[in-house]
Formats: sequence, structure tokens, C-alpha cells
Amino acid sequence: MARQPPVMLSELELDALTELVNLGVGNAALGLREMVQEEVLLSVPNVSIVTREQAIANLGQSPAKRLVAVHQNFDGDIRGRALLIFPEAQSLELVRAVVSSDLSLEDLIELEQEALAETGNVLLNSCLGTIANSFGRTLRISLPEVVHGDGSDFFDLTPWPRIDDSVLFIYINFSVRRANIEGYLAMLLDLPSLVTLKELLAQYITLLGGTTTVIPAPDAG
Amino acid sequence: MTRKVLIVDDSKLARMAVIKALYSIQPTWTILEAGDAAAALELVQKEAPDIALLDFNMPGMDGLILATEVRLLNPGIHVAVISANHQVEVINRARAAGATFLAKPITAKAVAEFVDGVPGRQEGAR
Repeated sequence: MARQPPVMLSELELDALTELVNLGVGNAALGLREMVQEEVLLSVPNVSIVTREQAIANLGQSPAKRLVAVHQNFDGDIRGRALLIFPEAQSLELVRAVVSSDLSLEDLIELEQEALAETGNVLLNSCLGTIANSFGRTLRISLPEVVHGDGSDFFDLTPWPRIDDSVLFIYINFSVRRANIEGYLAMLLDLPSLVTLKELLAQYITLLGGTTTVIPAPDAG
Repeated sequence: MTRKVLIVDDSKLARMAVIKALYSIQPTWTILEAGDAAAALELVQKEAPDIALLDFNMPGMDGLILATEVRLLNPGIHVAVISANHQVEVINRARAAGATFLAKPITAKAVAEFVDGVPGRQEGAR
């Protein structure tokens, strides 16, 4: 049995985080929909706190061996890394979907890194921005970087994170049918950030009315 | 007249948020909750709610399919589908299913607009 992560979220906190991810990814999908001019299908998000080994194992279950990730680091009250991950074999399809489809293969390849970075930038910023706004906090978000490899490569990047063996693993599958693109979003937080996140979620739950009874709290005035 | 409102969301917290909004507008209405489509359909048959607020993005049957099923069981019910996914295709599918689309994060104002738009008391309503 794998070691338990040191920070656990209650059922309600996980619910709150899932809702926030839903909001963030919903906004992100709106952005991607504009880019590909087609509906982006989203799965129900799966949110869990796992050890880094488990997170890598989860990514390893992808049928595609080689993956490509666009990642951005964020910093503020909470810090971590957000990743947009998809099979490397689909990378050109995604580029083709977001830029003009009549480009030559040569041009597509030339544009690949840039288009991936920009797509990741739109999706990840939208998702992180929504979550930060919901908490009423500001996050500084780094420029996007494109990395090719597998789960261990993505979770082992320097200088960040020096993860204390625990990560928030958010998995949401998105797909664009016509373009045959599938991928997912993942987010990693370090341990101090997980503690802060727990506090922010508690505030968010109170704000949403997540008291134990249906009777709302009196107006704060 | 007091109404029966069914709230369906796999997230307990999301249900709480809708209940809070609804309670602030109509504190006397009866609220029914379901965490999945199967429980929701059972409540529709047993309790005949007047209004249903359904989450779109749920495991198993999603809120749009559920909206259609709910309206087959109870054609007079007023349905809203709630989603953080605001893509035009989702909004259009909600409309095609005869449901109002409400965007997450849900606000008391949006819930009020929806329930106020529901036609007044029905003679012989339970």
C-alpha cells in the first residue's frame, strides 16, 4: 500500500476544489473553443492529493508512451505548476486545429512549439486565473514552456518544484472530436501550498454557503 | 404558493450553493436533493417536483440527458441546467432539451430570474 500524503482534504474541501477546477476548465474550454472553432468536450474532473510516485504512475497509464506538456509555474499565496498534457503524436493535430489547417507540414512543424505554448498559455492562464479570482488572490504566472517526455520528466523539472513528495493531482480529460485531440490538465502544488489551499478552500466553502444546515448564515453586514 | 424544487449535482457543495441561493429567495419552498441521475429520476416520480435544477457535468448520465428524461416523466416540470461549461454548443443543447441554461458560479440573482420566470401557481398542483 502506498504511503498516505501528509495533507488530506475533507470531502467538502475536495468538492470545493472540484467545483473550482470545473469553473476554471469551463473558462479554459471557452478559450480553446474559440481557437479550434469547435466544441471542446470535457470530462468530470478528478481531484486528489497523491504522492509524486502515484502521480507519475497515473500519467504512465496513458496509452501514449511519449507525451508533450505545456507547463507554467505559478507563485503567490500558493505556488506550483500547471500542465496541459497530451500524446506527442497528437501535437501536430492540435497545432493544425488552432492555426490555419491548410498550412504545409513544414510550416506546421515550424509553428509547433509556438502554437503549443500559446494554446497552453490560454488554457492554463484561464484556469489558474479563475481559481485565483475565486479565492480573491493574485497568482504570478510564468511564461509557458513546452516539454517532451513522460510523467517523471514533467514532475521532475528544475528549479521547481521541490515537491515534498506530495502533489495535488487534477485530471480532466478534454477532447476535440473533429481534430481527434485528447489531453488533460494536471496541477502540482508543494506541501506548504497544500496547507494554504486547505485554508482558502475553507473560506470558499463558507462563501458558497457550505454550512452544515440549509439555513444561511446571517449577513456579515 | 409553495413549490417543490429538485436540485441535482454530484457535488454536495454545489448543491449547498444552489440551496443557499434558493433559500434566500424562497425560504418556504420544499427542496429535494439528489447526487446522481438515478436518484433524481426516482425523486421526480415519487415527489413530482415543479422545478428541477440540474448540474451538467456529472459522472454517468449528464444533466442534459437527465433534463430530457425528467421532462419525459413529468412534462410540466421547469428545468434549468447549470454548468461551468459556457460553450455555445452546451447552451444550445440545454435549450433544445427544453431547459434554461444557468452559468456557474451560480448567483441568487440568476436563480431568482429563473424561478420568477416559471409560470404561476397551477390549479390542482400538489
